[in-house]
Amino acid sequence: MADLILAEPRSLPVGPIGRNGIGWWGVGALVASEAALFGYLLFSYFYVGATAQPGWLAEPYPKLFPSLPNTILLVASSFVAWFGEKGVEKDNRGQALIGFGGAFVMGAVFAAVQGYEWWMKPYGLGANSYASLYFVTTGLHMAHVLVGLVILAALFGWTAVDYFSPRRRISVSAGVLYWHFVDVVWLFVFTTYYITPYLGYAR
Amino acid sequence: MRPAAFRTPEIGEDNPILRARLHAIWETTPGWRGWLSTVDHKQIGLRYIVTAFVLLAIGGIEALVIRLQLAGPNLTLLTPDQYNQLFSTHGMTMIFLYASPILSGFSNYLWPLIFGSRDMAFPRLNALSYWVYLAAALFLYSGFVIGAGPNDGWFNYVPYAEKDYNPGLNQDFYALGMVLLGISTTVGAANFIVTFFKTRAPGMSINRVPIFAWGTLTASVANLVVVPAVSLAFFLLWMDRQYGTQFFKPEHGGQPLLWQHLFWIFGHPWVYAIVLPAMGMVSDALPVFCRRPLVGHTLVALATVSVMILGFGVWVHHMFATGLPGLAMSFFSGASIIITVPSAVTVFAWIATIWLGRPVITTAFLFFASMILLFVIGGVSGFMTASVPVDWQLTDTYFVVAHLHYVLIGINVFPVVGATYFWFPKFTGRMMDERLGRWNFWTMFLGFNLGFLPMHLTGLLGMPRRVYTYPDGMGWDILNLITSIGSFAFAIGVLLFFINCWRSLRHGEVAGDNPWGAPTLEWSTSSPPPPYNFAVIPTVASRHPLWEDQLREGEGRSSLFRGMLLDHGKEAIATTSLDADPERILEMPEDSYAPLLLAIGLAILFVGLLLMRGIVAGVGGALVFLALLLWLWPRASLKEREPDQPEAAHG
Amino acid sequence: MSATPLAYLTGAGARADTTVSLTWFTLIVSILVCLIIGALVWWGARRYSARGGALATTSVTVERGGNGIRWIVIGLIISAVPLLIALVWTMAALAEISGPPGNPALVLDVTGHQWWWEARYNGTHPSDTFSTANEIHIPVGVPVLVRLHGADVIHSFWVPKLAGKTDAIPGQNNVTWLQADVPGRYRGQCTEYCGLQHAKMAFEVVAEPRAAFERWRARQLQTAPPPVTPQQKQGLAVVNYRCSLCHAIRGTSAGSGYGPDLTHLMSRQLIAGGALQNTPGNLAGWIQDPQSVKPGSLMPRQYLSGPELAAVTAYLETLQ
Repeated sequence: MADLILAEPRSLPVGPIGRNGIGWWGVGALVASEAALFGYLLFSYFYVGATAQPGWLAEPYPKLFPSLPNTILLVASSFVAWFGEKGVEKDNRGQALIGFGGAFVMGAVFAAVQGYEWWMKPYGLGANSYASLYFVTTGLHMAHVLVGLVILAALFGWTAVDYFSPRRRISVSAGVLYWHFVDVVWLFVFTTYYITPYLGYAR
Repeated sequence: MRPAAFRTPEIGEDNPILRARLHAIWETTPGWRGWLSTVDHKQIGLRYIVTAFVLLAIGGIEALVIRLQLAGPNLTLLTPDQYNQLFSTHGMTMIFLYASPILSGFSNYLWPLIFGSRDMAFPRLNALSYWVYLAAALFLYSGFVIGAGPNDGWFNYVPYAEKDYNPGLNQDFYALGMVLLGISTTVGAANFIVTFFKTRAPGMSINRVPIFAWGTLTASVANLVVVPAVSLAFFLLWMDRQYGTQFFKPEHGGQPLLWQHLFWIFGHPWVYAIVLPAMGMVSDALPVFCRRPLVGHTLVALATVSVMILGFGVWVHHMFATGLPGLAMSFFSGASIIITVPSAVTVFAWIATIWLGRPVITTAFLFFASMILLFVIGGVSGFMTASVPVDWQLTDTYFVVAHLHYVLIGINVFPVVGATYFWFPKFTGRMMDERLGRWNFWTMFLGFNLGFLPMHLTGLLGMPRRVYTYPDGMGWDILNLITSIGSFAFAIGVLLFFINCWRSLRHGEVAGDNPWGAPTLEWSTSSPPPPYNFAVIPTVASRHPLWEDQLREGEGRSSLFRGMLLDHGKEAIATTSLDADPERILEMPEDSYAPLLLAIGLAILFVGLLLMRGIVAGVGGALVFLALLLWLWPRASLKEREPDQPEAAHG
Repeated sequence: MSATPLAYLTGAGARADTTVSLTWFTLIVSILVCLIIGALVWWGARRYSARGGALATTSVTVERGGNGIRWIVIGLIISAVPLLIALVWTMAALAEISGPPGNPALVLDVTGHQWWWEARYNGTHPSDTFSTANEIHIPVGVPVLVRLHGADVIHSFWVPKLAGKTDAIPGQNNVTWLQADVPGRYRGQCTEYCGLQHAKMAFEVVAEPRAAFERWRARQLQTAPPPVTPQQKQGLAVVNYRCSLCHAIRGTSAGSGYGPDLTHLMSRQLIAGGALQNTPGNLAGWIQDPQSVKPGSLMPRQYLSGPELAAVTAYLETLQ
């Protein structure tokens, strides 16, 4: 008679512990899908640019102010959010609140500065395909930033009422992962629209 | 004292007291409350299947009206506009509202059962994917019903889809409806992927996973990364139409071919996603009727994944006539020829299984065996179109219409019908009628081939696609008449299938746990299974747990009646990705209205966008926000946060 | 015209012929594969151990036997042969036919409109250039370059007996080429869905010996003769008033390029995008009520009186 194989595990975690849990995988899948979305947006830029007539770039030398300092601000906000996540990990509520609140403020400033930059553009959404691609790409990114701000605000609030601990903080990991994603995507968008023209693309 | 974060799960035997306790924990609230808030994968799966079959019937009726119009030359049953809406809606219905959801339905119902698990990884997300699918189907059809259905084919090329040429609401219904549907597909895909990797029963290492799971997994990975392409395409179209952007209009630098690239980068992987799970069903169920394991299980799993990977690299074969550079076309032509190889692996595996097994002719077997031939017919016509010079003649003729119907009906519909005969006892506790099943099979098989085999010739004689009528004197008249007759015969066959399902629900012979003597875990539960699926979590020792005693291979035997109880609440087990070692006890959510509310909010939001009314969109957006808050608010019961303490004790 | 004018299992020129043999090869391979697989499935199933339902199934014991992997390997090896042949042949054929010929005897500009085809024959001077619609003449036995344009939406230019199809895309300059080695009248059809009357957007390519072609071209270059009879004069007046918004007739004041050029309307065998034979009755019917022939056509109903319609038709019949 063959042996019965029986799994008898000892001492399993119940629910998510720290940043490990099934919910993290779910947000990871969502992030992968949204990243693909931005991949297709940038593909559209490169494809239309490659097949366009000369003079397609509405801005052959895009202004790096205020977008470059704004980019640095957004990337820095990821570090601040990470700092906040570390605070939850070390059970330091003050650090957590500074981190989430700080990242929120930096993200909000990024959004406001970008809105100002849109206002100052000499061309509108429907001027030509370059303009449409620029506004829709940065616009969809902005929508993701706004969702990220709501998430940071929620994390701030939930931290303030002591929901999280070093053990139970899966929402924090998921939310901060999303914020990092938003920032990394921006690096790709920024490089595409603001840097590649200087490298000669579509000029 | 905080509740323990770690626990050694109790091991025990399956027994009635345990079952009663689990039943009370897992059953859905009775009545309409439960109906609206259930997160039980079996109920959600059945809804998907029923809804998809309804849409199959609707799409089929559309096709019959089309065939009436095309039965002879110069007929005037339909105006051009009516015809164009009919063929576009038929394509949209079959490809988006039937072919994928039906497979989601079977996957939803069966996956936790074949994995030895109690539910999918994300039960509420599961409910959401169904509600959004239903909302999208209603949204899309409300356009059709008011005479503003899609009218530019299912593939919707620009510039014809732009407002200059298409001023009505048709395109807006289609574009927004597809974005809404994309949400359902995406969250469903995420759910399948995480379920596959994290919630299989202990011992179900990656090499022991049934092929059906591989099929749905590869489809889900593909969908996760390509659905954004089509959602983006439709969103950009909607922006062109409503906000005057210039994505696709050449007058201001727009690029009509950008639409085609985005659409087909999605579209080609999508057509594999709507057949690979069905092929997986054949790979798992055909061997049962050959009384032996599938030949080449590992090769077939690898072939499934390879087809999908190669499927990302062939999309340009839909664009061979658009004037692309020869080098690019050569690459995609070569890839399109090569992709037949992994498909051939699966076909030969099935044939070998029949020849090296001891076939039993049942209705299910007939559907599975016949689909092999239909698959190959569809495959070779695809092989013909893979060659660029040949495609330059074949594309946009009825040859391609013949090809796509052989692959879709042959590799999706026939397996789905066979799968229904196979799994109906498990879902309902009753067998379908075998005699009616034979009539069902032969009518569908002969009708389908009568209708669509001549269509290859119609295409070779030059009849173009998407035409509301055709002149006489082209040599197409008799062929079209035969196709129309065959289509009606096929439809009668499908009707017999629905009748068999309906009658068997009430009068079918009562089924036991395992009427077919099949090997996989779902057949170790009752028919239908209890809400909790498994009273004790099984431990798996092979690919064929219920055949181990008969096959007598290997050292170990799966443990089906002794295992972890996980009865401290609504609990399931998470395991590692490759070896399926137990890793975590999962707290599963109770019934919830949040998914329904979120779907309603999304529907209202999209209606607002359709009508360009900010207030309506705003209300929808607010409801979406509230539903998400309700859903994602950290809950102590799900261990997402610490419970409230009388005294605040940190650290 | 053949019984199957749009069939392409035979060709009538160098470009089409290269594809015909490859088409037949892949078709025959495909049919053979289907027969072999069909036979394998049929004979495999015929060896059944039982028939019936659940009881029949469970009555047969489960047993793993035989080396199945061998089947897969052998099947793949056999399949690889036609696949490789097709791959190599495809590349060779593509190389042969895709590039337009170095020295085309004639260069045409063809524009797809909803729902008719414009063909412009260029010359060195504007007076050497003319446009016609839906009936394209080419000299036999020489390659003809066709530059494709899209006026509105995507159309596709297809003359099955002479070449594969190439799309006419707005904003893009696609190029194809034709060669007819046998004189004749070859039917063409738009093959990219383009709206309500995609079904009735056919055209003809007439391949004739060089001398005949030159005679046709010289004729097309001529402007329209002035009307002679009073009825014809009345007809021209109505045409100038009603039709000149969309149509051009060189030699009159009608000069719009929105619709087909009518200067040599009666030299064409078909009208209305290949939907009707060019007879006086059909012509009158088409003019008065295009919507009954092609519902959704961009040419509106005319509501002409009986005498007006007769006059217009009489005038148009002078446009040989």
